[in-house]
Amino acid sequence: MSSSTLVEKTASELSDLLSKKDISSLEIAQACLTQIDRVDGQVHAFLHRDDTDFLAQAKASDERRGKGNLLGPLDGIPVALKDVISVKGQPLTAASKILQNYISPYDATVTRKLKEAGAVIGGRLNLDEFAMGSSTENSAYGPTRNPWDLNCVPGGSSGGSSAAVAAREAPLTLGSDTGGSIRQPASLCGVVGMKPTYGMVSRYGLAAFASSLDQIGPFSKTVEDAALLLEVISGHDPLDSTSFPSEVPSYTANLSNSQKPCVLGLPKEYFGEGMDDEVRNAVDLAVEFYRTQGHKIVEVSLPTTELAVPVYYVIATAEASSNLARYDGIRYTTRSEKAKNAIDVYAKSRGEGFGEEVKRRCILGAYGLSSGYYDAYYLRAQKTRTLIREDFNRVFKDVDAIITPTAPTPAFKFGEKSDDPISMYLSDIYTISTNLAGLPAISVPCGFTQRKLPIGFQLIGRAFEESSLLSIAHAYDREHKFGCVVPSLVKE
Amino acid sequence: MSESEANPMDIDYVSNLARIELSEKEKEKFRGQLGDVLKYFEKLQEVDVDGVEPTAHAFPRYNVWDQDIAKTPFSIDLALQNAPKSRNEQILVPKVVED
Repeated sequence: MSSSTLVEKTASELSDLLSKKDISSLEIAQACLTQIDRVDGQVHAFLHRDDTDFLAQAKASDERRGKGNLLGPLDGIPVALKDVISVKGQPLTAASKILQNYISPYDATVTRKLKEAGAVIGGRLNLDEFAMGSSTENSAYGPTRNPWDLNCVPGGSSGGSSAAVAAREAPLTLGSDTGGSIRQPASLCGVVGMKPTYGMVSRYGLAAFASSLDQIGPFSKTVEDAALLLEVISGHDPLDSTSFPSEVPSYTANLSNSQKPCVLGLPKEYFGEGMDDEVRNAVDLAVEFYRTQGHKIVEVSLPTTELAVPVYYVIATAEASSNLARYDGIRYTTRSEKAKNAIDVYAKSRGEGFGEEVKRRCILGAYGLSSGYYDAYYLRAQKTRTLIREDFNRVFKDVDAIITPTAPTPAFKFGEKSDDPISMYLSDIYTISTNLAGLPAISVPCGFTQRKLPIGFQLIGRAFEESSLLSIAHAYDREHKFGCVVPSLVKE
Repeated sequence: MSESEANPMDIDYVSNLARIELSEKEKEKFRGQLGDVLKYFEKLQEVDVDGVEPTAHAFPRYNVWDQDIAKTPFSIDLALQNAPKSRNEQILVPKVVED
């Protein structure tokens, strides 16, 4: 099988081919590297590669297969990670200058789980610095480009993770989602991206941005592949005290359970102003598909929607300003040469090491927590967060899932929003509420604009009911498979 | 008058709180941008939150205990591998006490 054919396969297809011994894991790994060599000069999804280690893992998987000691369906399948997830002995920069020489001294829990499942872990994927941004333009190492149009952003912050799947450089990747950082880039790059329920996937070994909102989740071409990867990385972890002790069912085995009709809610607040017409049409068609399949569509109301963006930016920046205090010039790789005393070490190292958006958010966060403003900003935002959760709780009494666009527009051009923080923040308007409420949500590709830019819709589920959410998403995806459409960049 | 108009963000004060040194150019830029962001946050002042409990975590867990079992920690070398400066198995920092 040619390497260009191999990289177009889904992880499930690769897994089948491996079990039939039609191909080896080494061939898959080599096909990925060939593809990265071919397109990553243009796409720039990867910040770092360790080809020797990558190929050695693939060979080890082939040896296991030869001896019949397979570790599971992901054994031999490449998975690339966003550069905020620790892999022992590999760099982790968070796309920041301040961590430019950092080497992880331990594995994140998701990394350990992937290794135990035999996955072939390779490559560090680009992002907005410390996952702060919606376009990957905030990377200290240069932006990632959208494989569907190199003049457009891939979304963010996990833009490297979404672009790598879209450009067929990796069949599966992991990202992290604090306010939409998996789902928005998945939508803009035409792939599947999922944020699990808060607490479903361990955050141990994830460079923290906003700890009460961050979750790690999968990117893939299909919902089936997302289920496969999520199954491996989910589960309670004593090393993360916010990890939730809940059972992980077999998401892949339950995928076809959506035969029975379910009730899908359309929140009227999500279909108002600011949405691109082509996005609206594509999402309407997806809704129509569910209706024709016998599912009931009802209008619902989430009146706190307009408060989600301000609540998020108060809470996330407050948590970030506290989390990022650890980058103090003492322990993490980079210290200003100009520092003369202790305060200098902090202020100058951080002034030199952080990029503009990270500085902006840490300052905003420090302001919201500062004496005299705490009650008006941080505490008030936390109370409003309660109202947002209550809105969802009320709606989920009557519906099985909520269906919305993932992002208000398709991929936008570089520079279009980079000097206007509010306009950039609003590109997460449909994804942010679910992080505040802790709910699982998935972006599924549902077509293209006339200019051939991908569009995605979002399904939001009940807490800890990933199984049901994935099966509802799969019901659409298996009939459409827009994530399997290959960008012309890859075909050329 | 709203709070942020009455008290525009004192960027020197807050950047010092955040321990981030900014250039004059950055201060100028942030003053405008963060002023806009704070104006956008005004929406929150209109929400009736009387009697509403704050949410810190969507699914809070309390008193998460671990078994009291000794584990092997990082070796000194591994723990120090990312420190910008180290000597004699310790992180080296500028002098913080006066002579």
